[in-house]
Amino acid sequence: MTSAVSILPEQQLASLNAAYGAAVRRKRLRGLLSVALFAAALMLAAIGSEVNLRTLFNHFGNFVSYFDRILTLDDQTRVWTNVGEWFWGWDKWLKLLAETILISYVGTLIGAVLAFALNFLAAENTSPAPWLRFVVRRLLEFARTVPGIVFALIFVIAFGLGPMAGVLAIAIHSTGALGKLFSEIVENADMKPVEGVRSTGASWLSSMRFAVLPQVTAGYASYALLRFEINVREASVMGFVGAGGIGQELVVAIRKFYYSDVSAILVTIIITVFLIDIGTGWLRAKLFGKETQS
Amino acid sequence: MTRLPSEDPAKLRERYPEVFNRPASARLATPLVAALALAIFIFGLVDLDFSLSRLIAGFSQLGWISLMMLPPDPGSSLPAYLAALGETLSIALLGTTLAALAALPVSLLAARNVVPSAILRFPVRRFFDSIRGVDTLIWALVWINVVGLGPFAGVLAIAVADFGAFGKLFSEAIEAADRREVEGIRASGGSKLHEIRFGLMPQVLPVIAGQVLYFIESNTRSATIIGIVGAGGIGLQLAEQIRVLEWQKVSFLILMILVAVAAIDWISNRLRFAIIGRRAIA
Repeated sequence: MTSAVSILPEQQLASLNAAYGAAVRRKRLRGLLSVALFAAALMLAAIGSEVNLRTLFNHFGNFVSYFDRILTLDDQTRVWTNVGEWFWGWDKWLKLLAETILISYVGTLIGAVLAFALNFLAAENTSPAPWLRFVVRRLLEFARTVPGIVFALIFVIAFGLGPMAGVLAIAIHSTGALGKLFSEIVENADMKPVEGVRSTGASWLSSMRFAVLPQVTAGYASYALLRFEINVREASVMGFVGAGGIGQELVVAIRKFYYSDVSAILVTIIITVFLIDIGTGWLRAKLFGKETQS
Repeated sequence: MTRLPSEDPAKLRERYPEVFNRPASARLATPLVAALALAIFIFGLVDLDFSLSRLIAGFSQLGWISLMMLPPDPGSSLPAYLAALGETLSIALLGTTLAALAALPVSLLAARNVVPSAILRFPVRRFFDSIRGVDTLIWALVWINVVGLGPFAGVLAIAVADFGAFGKLFSEAIEAADRREVEGIRASGGSKLHEIRFGLMPQVLPVIAGQVLYFIESNTRSATIIGIVGAGGIGLQLAEQIRVLEWQKVSFLILMILVAVAAIDWISNRLRFAIIGRRAIA
C-alpha cells in the first residue's frame, strides 16, 4: 500500500520543521514565563502572609490531634460511645440552631423584598432613568462587597447585642447579592410584553407588574432559596461578633477548649446545612417542575 | 364592531376547563404558601426581639455613625493599613492556590468518569460536603489553635474551606469533559494515567483555571473578614477600629477593601478572558 502522505522535498520540510519548532518554543516560553510569574507572586504572598513551614511542620500533628481531641469526651472515651454525654446541651443547641435558621430566614426575606423593590431600577431595560440606575447599582455593589460580618460588627454597636443585628446584616448583604442577580434576570426577560402593556397606556409600575413580573418570578424564587442556603452558613458565624445564633456557643467552646462540645456543635451545624440544602433543592425542583407543567 | 365569538364566558369555560376549573388545592397553594411565609416571618420578628423602638433608636444611632465616618481618614496609620491589605491579598492568593493544588488529585476520585465505583466515590463526595458545610471563619478559629494567631492561620483556613468547594467544582468539570478524547488515548495504548494527563487535563484545565481565578476574587472578600477572629489581614484592623469607635478609620478601611476587591475583580476578569481566548485559539 502506498502512503497517502506526500513526502515533501528536504528544503521545504526543513523550513516547516523550523517554523513548527519555533511556534512550540514560543508557546513553551510563554507557558514557562507565566508559571514563573505566578510562582514569584506566590513567593511574595508567602512572605507577606508570614508562611512558616517549620511552624506548620511542627504543629501539623496538632491539627490532626485536634480532631482526635474534639472527638474525645472528658473521661477519655470516644464521643460516639456515649452520645448522650456528647450532645449534653442538645436542647440549648437546638434552640440556638432554630434561632440561626430564623435569622437567615428573616434576613433573606427582608433582603429579597428590598432587592425586589430595587432591581427594576437597576436593570438596563426597565430602569426609568440612567442616573437612578447608576445610583442603585452603586448602592447594591456596596452592600454586596462589604462582608456581612462587617455590617454585623457595626450593627451590634448601633442596635445592641443580639440577633437583630445579625438579621439586618444578612438582610443588607442579601439585598446587594440578590439585587444584582434579580436585575440580571430582568435584563434577560423578553421586552415584547412590556411594549404590549405600554401600548395600552399603562404606567411604568403596571407594565412592570403585568409584563415583566410573570416572566421572572420563578428565577427570583430560585435565587432567593439559594441565598437562604448561603445565609444559613453565614448566620452560623454571626454569633462570633455577638449577633445571635449558634456561633456564640461555638466560639466559646473553641476558645475555652471544651473539645467535645466543639465537635458536637459542628456536627449539628453540618447536619443542619445538609438538611437545608436538601430541602431547598427539593423545593426548587418542585417550583420549577410546576413552572414547566403549566 | 362585531364581538368575537370566543368572548362568551360560558363557552370559554367549556372550552378551557383546565384554566377555569382548577382544583381547590392548586388555587389555594399560592396564597397558603404566602401566608405561611408571612407567619414565619412575623414569628421570627417577635422571637428575635425586634421592636419598633429598638429599630428607630438603632437607625438614628446608625445615622450618627455614618455622619462620624465622614470624611474617611486613615490618621497616621496608612502604612500599617497598606501592609494589612497586602497581607489580605497574600492570604487570598496563597490559600486559593494551595486549595486548588490539593483538590485537583482528590477531585479525580469524586468524578464518575474516572472512578466508576459509586462506593468509592460516595465517601469522597461526603467528605467534600462536610468540609464545605463549615464556614471559613470556623476553620480560621481551628487553625489559630494549631499554628497560633496570624495570617498563616488565615491561609490554611482558606485553603481548607476552599478545598471542599474546589473538590466539588473540579469533579463536576471533569465529569462534563468529552469522553471521546479519553477513548482515543486508550485506543492508542495509553495507560490510565496517560488518559487523565492527555485526555482529561487539556479539556479540564482551562475550566479549572477560570474557577480558581473566580475564587481568588471571592476569597479576597473572605480574607478581609478572617482577621476578625485574629487570623491576620485587614479584618483585624477593621475589627479593632470598630471596637474603639474610630469611625473615620473604619470608613477608610472599608473604602480600601472596596477598591481592592474592584481591582482584583478587574484583573481576574482580564486573565479569565485571556485564558478562555487562548483555549478558543488552540
